[in-house]
Amino acid sequence: MKQLLRFFLKRSTWSIPYAIFLVGFVVLPLILIFLYAFQDAEGNFTLANFSKFISSPEAANTFVYSIGIAIVTTVLCILLGYPAAYILSNSELCRSKVMVVLFILPMWINILVRTLATVALFDFLRLPLGEGALIFGMVYNFLPFMIYPIYNVMQKMDHSYIEAAQDLGANPMTVFRKVVVPLSMPGVMSGVMMVFMPTISTFAISELLTMNNIKLFGTTIQENINNGMWNYGAALSLIMLVIIFATELFSDGDGDRASNEGGII
Amino acid sequence: MKKFFAQAYLWFLLAMLYAPILIIAIFSFTEAKVLGNWTGFSTKLYTSLFSGGVHHSLLSAIENTLIIAIVAAALSTILGSIAAVGIHNLYGRKKAVINTLNNIPMLNPDIITGISLFLLFVSLGITQGYATVILAHITFCTPYVVLCVMPRLQQMNPNIYEAALDLGATPWQALRKVIIPEIKPGMISGFILAFTLSIDDFAVTIFTIGTEGLETLSTYIYADARKGGLTPELRPLSTIIFVTVLILLIVINVRSQRAAKRKEATR
Amino acid sequence: MKDSNFIIELSHISKSFGDKQVLDDVSLFVKKGEFVTILGPSGCGKTTLLRILAGFGTADEGEIRIDGKDITSVPPHERPVNTVFQRYALFPHLNVYDNIAFGLKLKKVKDDEIELRVRKALKMVGMTDYEWRDVNSLSGGQQQRVAIARAIVNRPQVLLLDEPLAALDLKMRKDMQMELKDMHKTLGITFVYVTHDQEEALTLSDTIVVMSEGKVQQIGTPTDIYNEPANSFVADFIGESNILNGTMVEDRVVSFMGREWECVDEGFGENAPVDVVIRPEDIYIMAKTDSGMLEGTVQSCIFKGVHYEMTVTTPDGYEIMIQDYNAFEVGQQVSMIIKPSDIHVMHKERTCNTFEATMIDSTHVEFLSTQFVCNEQAGITGGEKVEVEVNFDRIELMDNKEDGMLVGDVRFILYKGDHYHLTVRTFDGDNIYVDTHDVWDDRDIVGVKIMPDDIRIKRV
Repeated sequence: MKQLLRFFLKRSTWSIPYAIFLVGFVVLPLILIFLYAFQDAEGNFTLANFSKFISSPEAANTFVYSIGIAIVTTVLCILLGYPAAYILSNSELCRSKVMVVLFILPMWINILVRTLATVALFDFLRLPLGEGALIFGMVYNFLPFMIYPIYNVMQKMDHSYIEAAQDLGANPMTVFRKVVVPLSMPGVMSGVMMVFMPTISTFAISELLTMNNIKLFGTTIQENINNGMWNYGAALSLIMLVIIFATELFSDGDGDRASNEGGII
Repeated sequence: MKKFFAQAYLWFLLAMLYAPILIIAIFSFTEAKVLGNWTGFSTKLYTSLFSGGVHHSLLSAIENTLIIAIVAAALSTILGSIAAVGIHNLYGRKKAVINTLNNIPMLNPDIITGISLFLLFVSLGITQGYATVILAHITFCTPYVVLCVMPRLQQMNPNIYEAALDLGATPWQALRKVIIPEIKPGMISGFILAFTLSIDDFAVTIFTIGTEGLETLSTYIYADARKGGLTPELRPLSTIIFVTVLILLIVINVRSQRAAKRKEATR
Repeated sequence: MKDSNFIIELSHISKSFGDKQVLDDVSLFVKKGEFVTILGPSGCGKTTLLRILAGFGTADEGEIRIDGKDITSVPPHERPVNTVFQRYALFPHLNVYDNIAFGLKLKKVKDDEIELRVRKALKMVGMTDYEWRDVNSLSGGQQQRVAIARAIVNRPQVLLLDEPLAALDLKMRKDMQMELKDMHKTLGITFVYVTHDQEEALTLSDTIVVMSEGKVQQIGTPTDIYNEPANSFVADFIGESNILNGTMVEDRVVSFMGREWECVDEGFGENAPVDVVIRPEDIYIMAKTDSGMLEGTVQSCIFKGVHYEMTVTTPDGYEIMIQDYNAFEVGQQVSMIIKPSDIHVMHKERTCNTFEATMIDSTHVEFLSTQFVCNEQAGITGGEKVEVEVNFDRIELMDNKEDGMLVGDVRFILYKGDHYHLTVRTFDGDNIYVDTHDVWDDRDIVGVKIMPDDIRIKRV
């Protein structure tokens, strides 16, 4: 009894319920994806799900196309978002904090609502839905996720580096190229993570933006799961997880990303 | 000059970001079935949204969304706050492991979280419905609650819990009378954040909502949009959601700014 | 020992955090109403001991009794003690009144009685009229007063104070010391006070417990501790002192600084190595005369407010510190006299390093988790357990830690008149004792080297 009491007295004990929860609802489900991916419908070990993916031109093409769209979206977001983040973080160019909040706000609106709004905009402007609308919709949806982390890094950047570079005779262009850009790279990296990852994994929005004409990899996964092809769907999910894990390794910004999201509020 | 261009660029981007939302908001005040036709100012869509009848399913979707969000946010706040206190008092490897696990739901794409939980529920033979959606929402909301509460704990004097015990409080009383008042602001921010995340969610919900006809707002919009036509009532609804999120975010921002100011003042 | 006179009985308390032993068989008995101070440098285990007493930590071994009742496994909220924390630990969301009333409200004391007692406690700490103030708006000293009031209002049998004045400035600290002393007298409850400030300990306490490295070094009244330190650590930690190597020639005769001295200590045996402690104010200094016991040259002279502090070197090269009301010029030849009763002779804890070791083969031995080359050992086979002895002065310390055979950091430095006696702690937590003429600083990382000739191997 005393032992038990002492056990609950230790506050570190209080992490146990959540630790159990995490194992049950995070770790175990991820293991299940892994298990399902290597099983057939009867539960026997198989690699058929993966060979099916490689041999089926439709799924593989969708996969490559999705990566292409994700890369285009990410690049466009960097090109549009980087200058915006630079301006927002530069007190000479932009003094108002309200601007920053305005740029972050759309992150918190339901992605379907935002997508429908894009559809409405294209309808309103009498523009056709299709690939153009898809890319616009993606950039529109994910641009704030690029601006915010870059802004965050730039804002915390020690201004004395820039002054030091100026002092050493660098002109504004050189300062930007040799100091600002390298120092803001961590922000760009976590921005890439925050844009690339959701674009490659979204479903639903591509159907809405292209009137079901273009399918992305996320949609393929969802359709397979919906149609009861759990094992194949799990294999496709695993492939997506591998891609995302690789991106994460490449950008090495996983920790940053988490703290950035925490910092939004 | 430079500043002018910079400002112009920002406003251009903002126009791009807000144009779709603005168009929806503007056309929520007209009756036209097809978006783009202006048939005069009217609040009919707003009244018909709440009048029930034809749109009974939309109303029940809103109701479901709110119930799920409140329950999930409340449970995540409780679970996350207790967990944060626990994690704060862990050291070394254990702390690193649990922090990593805590990050996974935030790093995973929603579709993976959704599918993995779907597989969990089907392999356990659990019928999907209210309970599974709420559990799924708790899964991706709790890490954010932990992130909100943790800084409050880190700022707290490590001795005050012990001081309470020393003065005769049982661990439970010490939690209630000392720790909870201290971390309350973080818990409130965490609750609001969890609530918005839950309302917003689509990808996780669709995999865990089951086939029993349960609908949340997201799944309703999705089903509706797939049918091709946009129900006109979705325009006022989107507008209301936008304004609600706006207000909630302003509340959180003001709170955190005030907290930051207070922190500065005490220094 | 289990006398009802004792309110606190700590017997054989041991505690480790991981590999590190922070408390090693500590026993302590405190009389009712006593003001006991646990004194020691940071990391000596004094705070851990207090936390175990309060119930925030648990001892690995040992028993704790308060007022005769075994409370070893009683949780903190059921113990009849209250604590004043170093960083106050006031509840920031409550005002002064609610902070102080916290414990009484938990005990369901009637509201009007709570009010009476809170006001009385506030009056006691000189904070009348502060009831409704926000605790965050108070100064450090005021917060500490509230923290004290919050503890004493519960009328604990024992009040624990964990370096309560450490965060205050000097002037405030002096005032609070006096107030604490008065408070102790008026309340009549037992105070257990933890500090690293020896002056504070000497001023406040009835009894001082000197701790080092998790062990009790000495327990005694301030006068005892100051005048009769039990070992060189206590002598060095409490006040200024000259500590010298000596030899007890016979009862009442000790030899150090190159001559024999009359003293009052007995029972050390003949020719026993000892430490000799002489307080700087116990050495009488005068212009050179024939009647002095020792001669020397003044090296430095500093005015310290009331007295002068001088260093004097003897012809044999010993350096001693002297405090006197009269100043002597630098370079002046002086004579010194030391009374027999002012020469404090103490047992040496050890005369050389002793390590548990294992023979690898006839020319290699392993100790301190390191392999050393040693002289050929006839008849000892590999794998045999042996004991290794190394003299203090045969251990070489290097600046460059790569040059040593193993690495450690300097923990405790004692000046012994003509050389330094250091404790070097290896990363595995073993102690190596070193005599050296080189100057090292506390926490210096050093390489340690031992030559084969200096390793003496003994069979167990």
